[in-house]
Amino acid sequence: MNVSAVATVVPCWSCKGPVASRALFCSVCGAVQGPGAIDHYTRLGMAPTFDVDLDELQRQYFGFQKRLHPDRFAAKSSKEKALSQSQATTLNEAYETLKDPLKRAAYLLNLLGHPVDLTACGTINDRELLMEQMEKREALSDATTPEQVAKLAMENESEVIACQCHISAAFNAGKLEEAGHLSIRLKYLVKLADEARSKKSRVARLS
Amino acid sequence: MLFQLHEPGETPAPHESERGHAVGIDLGTTNSVVAVSRDSEAEVLRDADGKGLIPSVVYYGDDGSITVGQDARRMLLEQPDHVVSSIKRLMGRGVQDLKTLAGTLPFKLDVAADGGMVRLSVAGRTLTPVEVSADILRTLRARAEQAQGKAVDRAVITVPAYFDDGARTATKDAARLAGLEVLRLVNEPTAAALAYGLDNSSEGLYAVFDLGGGTFDVSILRMEKGVFQVKATGGDASLGGDDIDHAIAEHFLAERAAKHGKVTITEGEAKQALAAARVAKECLSSRQDGEWVIEVDGTPSRHALTRAQLEAMAAPWVDRTTAICHAVIEDAGIDVSQIQGVVLVGGSTRMPLVRRKVTEIFGREPLSDINPDEVVAVGAALQAEALTAGSDTLLLDVTPLSLGIETMGNIVEKVIPRNTPIPVAMAQEFTTYQDGQTAMSIHVVQGEREMVDQNRSLARFVLRGIPNMAAGAARIRVTFTVDADGLLTVTASEATTGVEQQVAVKPSYGLTDDEMATMLRDSLVHAKDDMTNRLFAETVVEARRSVLAVQAALKVDSDLLSDGERKDIDGAIERVDQMIASNDRDAVTAAMESLEAATKVFAERRMDRGIRTALAGMAVEKLDDALGGD
Repeated sequence: MNVSAVATVVPCWSCKGPVASRALFCSVCGAVQGPGAIDHYTRLGMAPTFDVDLDELQRQYFGFQKRLHPDRFAAKSSKEKALSQSQATTLNEAYETLKDPLKRAAYLLNLLGHPVDLTACGTINDRELLMEQMEKREALSDATTPEQVAKLAMENESEVIACQCHISAAFNAGKLEEAGHLSIRLKYLVKLADEARSKKSRVARLS
Repeated sequence: MLFQLHEPGETPAPHESERGHAVGIDLGTTNSVVAVSRDSEAEVLRDADGKGLIPSVVYYGDDGSITVGQDARRMLLEQPDHVVSSIKRLMGRGVQDLKTLAGTLPFKLDVAADGGMVRLSVAGRTLTPVEVSADILRTLRARAEQAQGKAVDRAVITVPAYFDDGARTATKDAARLAGLEVLRLVNEPTAAALAYGLDNSSEGLYAVFDLGGGTFDVSILRMEKGVFQVKATGGDASLGGDDIDHAIAEHFLAERAAKHGKVTITEGEAKQALAAARVAKECLSSRQDGEWVIEVDGTPSRHALTRAQLEAMAAPWVDRTTAICHAVIEDAGIDVSQIQGVVLVGGSTRMPLVRRKVTEIFGREPLSDINPDEVVAVGAALQAEALTAGSDTLLLDVTPLSLGIETMGNIVEKVIPRNTPIPVAMAQEFTTYQDGQTAMSIHVVQGEREMVDQNRSLARFVLRGIPNMAAGAARIRVTFTVDADGLLTVTASEATTGVEQQVAVKPSYGLTDDEMATMLRDSLVHAKDDMTNRLFAETVVEARRSVLAVQAALKVDSDLLSDGERKDIDGAIERVDQMIASNDRDAVTAAMESLEAATKVFAERRMDRGIRTALAGMAVEKLDDALGGD
């Protein structure tokens, strides 16, 4: 027996008839369905790749939210309100994950069966990366003029972009191990870029 | 048989014509406004004199009468101890949050009450801020009903974006006491943006600077093709024109003390001094100087004030907005130059000093083609119409403050960071720190600081029934869920055994369920009817939904039924319709149960057929056609 075919059809909670497990609405009675167990890319109708078109991602996200947000169900039964809240919650989670290059890389690696732990902070095994980050951090804390900070911030931004390009290339070449290493590097670069940006606005206000 | 299938979200609520339009309410610290929208045209509801603003002031008469608005404000001079104003600042607050004037609170507290929400003693009554707010909301509701000539029982109510969970819950409770169903709590800056954006069909990044009587909010939003996406929000729930009033009143009282000697002022004199200070502040927005009178111990004294003096007194408060704005721009991850316009909201933005400050912060003149006092209510009314009549616009808001729980050493572990889009659900795992520990106390806090006592305590509860394990072996998963109103629910479960606890979070400064029930009984003459009606209305919505669902199923799959089976189902549907007309909730529920029983076999056959077709690989496309983004 074809088990997967059975799994794709579930009873609609409202009219009790068959509905595709991935469907947002029942095609017979129109009732909103709960969010199925699908990955973030599928949820937002995007191809599972690191190279996400952010404009398209946002269009898809807005499109789904326009149909599923709890504001569309204010006059509906409490069950429908609750389901739309779950739908909107999972859409937010999917969008927040995919729009951020770092979270997207980690998520995609996990999806491809090659999980990388980005939460383990303060443990850089990569000696080269460690030295590089220490130097940059020092340079940033030594910088005092807006020009110095702006220069460092800009250098860092371009390194972030370069790192993202390398991650993309690694994914496209199927080199997941390398994509994982680069993601850890990206994590530190992004953190430094954030610090540089806030120091930039701090210094700019003082001068 | 006649029925129509609507696109989800477009079905009008039943009996829409008999019901008044849902209204938008700006429940402000100083003034409140109610507006209604029809066909995307919002109108502020005004009194006979054309005034849209209702002062958020309540007078409690000795005879039990309650007066709200301008008349109540006038009573401030005659019977200050019978009048309550600026109650919004106490929503969801504890006694320690109150602010004194020359050592005297402008409120008389009920000393019998300890802990929990503040209780005021007014004209021999004990009142919570929730009840006082409900009295204001009743007046707004009455104005809306008079304007529409119909009962109004649904509203969108705005709250400061920076309101914490306790204050939001208190606002919702107040609406319930006033007999209003809250369709949605909308953040004030977001409502203002909605009103502004729809008027101007603006696109791009905008900042909303909202300095009201008691609260300050600043939000950065992206407006795009009917979507209002909040990028970041920040503020201070206790910063507003009231603080400037306090500073002026303190100044007047100090001047007076220097001349006539120092005396302890009464609570009523404190209220009057604040009222005089407010008048002085408002006058000095259009004039350069003036003179005002306060009265202490029956002796009036005159006090001159110039705009320059006022601005020196107000500067420390206004300066606080600067740092908050910079932080929010940073949180939004944008550069200030990308902001295309700054919208001013709130009466305090009338002060020239505030306008200069906004221009300085954002490097551009703020937009002022909208009335800062009414724009929030207009946005709320537009959203009320969108929620009840359907709309293409969408508000996507965020959590204003980080939410976390207390861990070892009074450190806060953040579960949901600030500026996370809502609705949201996030979980964090915690573990036991003692062998055989079977319970765990969970303390929920809101705020940005690292230490527990520097943040606002939202709730405490205990997770029990943790199985006996070694320290660190249990895996307790705490899930925070924030809904579209910005309200939090917390659940906890133990992962290895599945012991789960759904915990109703009781706000530290809120009302208990018992208190709420008592208040509903006491304060609403028709409280019981009101509750019954509401429950009935919910059941009817549910019953109509299930009838529509069965009818839709019959339309596509009726060939699966014999004539007799079909007749049974039709009969069951008819009974549900009859019971809806009977106004008996239990009868409707029973009829729905019979309908479910009558359609059980039908549902089974539909599922069988669905699976068979899916196996044959035929109908998959048809079943999938409900998928897709646009």
